[in-house]
Amino acid sequence: MSKRKVTIAVSGLNAIDSPGPGVAVIRALREAKSFDVKIIGLSYESLEPGIYMHNIIDKTYHIPYPTAGTDSLLSRMEYIHSIEKIDVIIPNFDAELYSFMKLEDTFKAMGIHMFLPTLKQFEERHKVNLPEFGKKYDIKVPFSRNIFSTQEIFTLTDDFEFPMVIKGKYYDASIAYNFEQAKSYFNKISAKWGLPIVVQQFVHGTEYNITGLGDGNGNTIAAVPMRKQYITDKGKAWGGISIEDKKMIDLTHKFVSQTKWRGGFELELMKGQDNEFYLLEINPRIPAWIYLAVGVGQNIPESLVNLALGEKVEPYTSYDVGKMFIRYAWDMIVDIEEFQQISTIGEL
Amino acid sequence: MKINKNIAISDTGFVFNPLNGESYSINPIGIEIINMMKEDKSFEDITHTMLTKYTVEDATFEKDYFDFIGILKHHNLIDTNEQA
Amino acid sequence: MEKLRYERPVIKKLEAGMPNKFGLRTEYTPMTHIDGVAVKDLVKDYGSPLYVISETTIRSTINKAKKAFTTRYPKVQFAWSYKTNYLNAVCNVFHQEGSWAEVVSGFEYEKALRNGVDGKKIIFNGPDKSEADLRKAIENESLIHIDHLDELYTILEITETIDKRPKVAIRVNMDTGTYPVWDRFGFNYENGQAWDALNKIMRSGKLELVGLHCHIGTFMLAASAYAIAAGKLADLAIGIEQKYNHCIKYIDMGGGFASKNTLKGSYLPGSDTNPTFDDFAEAITTALINSNFKNNELPTLILETGRALIDEAGYLIGSVIANKRTSLGKRTTIIDVGVNLLFTAFWYEHKMTPAQPFTHYTETSQVFGPLCMNIDVIRENIDLPLLNKGDQVVISTIGAYNMTQWMQFITLRPNIVMIDTEEKVHLVRENEKLESITDLEKMPEHLKKFDL
Repeated sequence: MSKRKVTIAVSGLNAIDSPGPGVAVIRALREAKSFDVKIIGLSYESLEPGIYMHNIIDKTYHIPYPTAGTDSLLSRMEYIHSIEKIDVIIPNFDAELYSFMKLEDTFKAMGIHMFLPTLKQFEERHKVNLPEFGKKYDIKVPFSRNIFSTQEIFTLTDDFEFPMVIKGKYYDASIAYNFEQAKSYFNKISAKWGLPIVVQQFVHGTEYNITGLGDGNGNTIAAVPMRKQYITDKGKAWGGISIEDKKMIDLTHKFVSQTKWRGGFELELMKGQDNEFYLLEINPRIPAWIYLAVGVGQNIPESLVNLALGEKVEPYTSYDVGKMFIRYAWDMIVDIEEFQQISTIGEL
Repeated sequence: MKINKNIAISDTGFVFNPLNGESYSINPIGIEIINMMKEDKSFEDITHTMLTKYTVEDATFEKDYFDFIGILKHHNLIDTNEQA
Repeated sequence: MEKLRYERPVIKKLEAGMPNKFGLRTEYTPMTHIDGVAVKDLVKDYGSPLYVISETTIRSTINKAKKAFTTRYPKVQFAWSYKTNYLNAVCNVFHQEGSWAEVVSGFEYEKALRNGVDGKKIIFNGPDKSEADLRKAIENESLIHIDHLDELYTILEITETIDKRPKVAIRVNMDTGTYPVWDRFGFNYENGQAWDALNKIMRSGKLELVGLHCHIGTFMLAASAYAIAAGKLADLAIGIEQKYNHCIKYIDMGGGFASKNTLKGSYLPGSDTNPTFDDFAEAITTALINSNFKNNELPTLILETGRALIDEAGYLIGSVIANKRTSLGKRTTIIDVGVNLLFTAFWYEHKMTPAQPFTHYTETSQVFGPLCMNIDVIRENIDLPLLNKGDQVVISTIGAYNMTQWMQFITLRPNIVMIDTEEKVHLVRENEKLESITDLEKMPEHLKKFDL
């Protein structure tokens, strides 16, 4: 019996040293058992490697930056949809999620499905709101404050000790060991991602991550914990291993059932010296290391697509422990004609 | 003034300079001007063509033309040796 | 043969990390008309630069706001914030829509009276009310919102000589969890100043305490802060009721709602992220309804929203004076709109749209105003289509504060027109002439002559 064919648009094709999840998500979708796929790439810059991976992406289109506003994004997606008849979009960048969420109903009316967190979930879990989030759902989080000017850094030492982590609203985090560093990171990060800047107490310990999928009704469809084994100078996992930790799985179930989380997510946890897990960050999307979850038996992108299409999805209950992912870089040879095409007409 | 020989310009306005590996994008009026330069047309010829075709004043075009040439030079797309 | 539209030649280096141009076409659909009137005609008839106010947009915006509140709360009253835009034509559109007047100076108070607003429907706010101002406001039975104790004592003194019972409220400032806390106006809630002032008013027996007022900030991006403020005012009102068996008539939540402008430094455009009237209304009315007021004693909810009601109705048309390059080759465009007319350029990234057709080719530009002053920057960094000298641009969402905080600096202020709901154009403020300025000046006799 031939499987049905689903057209899925995926962003985050920047498989670089601080990678977007797009290429990993696409690999997972290509291995889906319940459907065949046509993959449409959505790119922002002409050198995103995924654009040139014709073996896994059928066609790529440039889309406008989130700063251009939802009207621009909508008109571009209408154009792409008129050619490709998209069934599902999986947006993978933090910075673009808000725009896609705003357009969810509009896309739905066009026949395009997504499976994203609600705006309320998205706002509530935001770095900026993490302290209240922790209080509300009884999850331990490191002490943090939002600041709007470098002046405020000097008032922080009543509550904080160095080192402190200086975080951008969307991306970027740096560890500051003194005022001068804190100020310089504040300026650097706020110039790029705006205000406020989140200052978080640095928690000493070991970092763990867990990726999962919530069905929007409080059920955890998938959850795979991972311990980073090799971290790049940008703080990204270059290698990791699936682990068995009941405490982490329980925490994930609690997170999903309490928030009724809808969509993919990644929890960044720090196991402190007191053996407790602290929640550092909730990423409201699939992480770049998602292929490990597929490799250990939980195809999260496949389940997400089925949920988006309104199918009934059974939760995964097990996964292989002790499987590793080791990331590698790969040089593609690309003709300048292709670069020319994506740069000048925005399609390839 | 001559456009560097090696430089290829596509219909879409994509320019690749094989000497240094840089790429550029040019708008249609820019392509038209470069193509006329390639045909060794003089500044006066180019001005005449443009003024006949487009709603532009002499002074405005002259200013824009030399601004454009300046940028082409800046990007080493004009062969300045031949001038000497 | 008809000539084609000219566009200057451009070449742009393609660099990694450079934003692509696709999909930007919506943002850059030319704005050839405002409310059905051609920009070209407006400039021909009234000159450039030119402020344009859309009466249709004002009316639809105030009605949107009214609907958001009245569907959620039984008694709602809007009061037009004069300082946001006190052009008489603008004020009267709001008065026709049922808004009272909210003023913060004797000058604005006088303006509201002259517009025909009943003194009982004028709210008098602000720290600077002279004795004469207060006397007049008491005579007219206006609502006086007391800012500090000195004002309270002045009012009490006036009551010695006047046979009227002044109608007063106090302005309360408080911590609503937002930054910065506005604590320079009114009496503080947390440290007990506000409760103290209320007791002084009640004990004096000479004043009628009619309401409570707050105004928690400006360009608020969190509707939740209003819920906290409404809750705190409700607590004070209930405290007064319990102690003195006196029910206040209204709670005035002030203004501060954000418009659809994009603040400098924010990543996403304000039109996508800033809270809507429904968000603000939901936060405020829920807090009031959930407070301990008895159902039949719910106070009237007064709103002094200014910016969010008028910003989108205002446009500023400008013309390109010149295109230049900086020493480092960056494109700069000079237009005839400067910060003298667009004060808000200091904190917003105003949307600029050309008024004539163009292609999708853009250049990253700095846009400068015409003033011979380094601070005269309209946009620091904007991808603009290729504008020619003499082309028009329309700057959107400028209706708030620019027509009151403008400066007569270096040059004169231009015409303001209003387009009515039938697309008819009315001149509502004439451009200044040299005499408008010099007629006010006096020349000492000994300075009248000189030889050069």
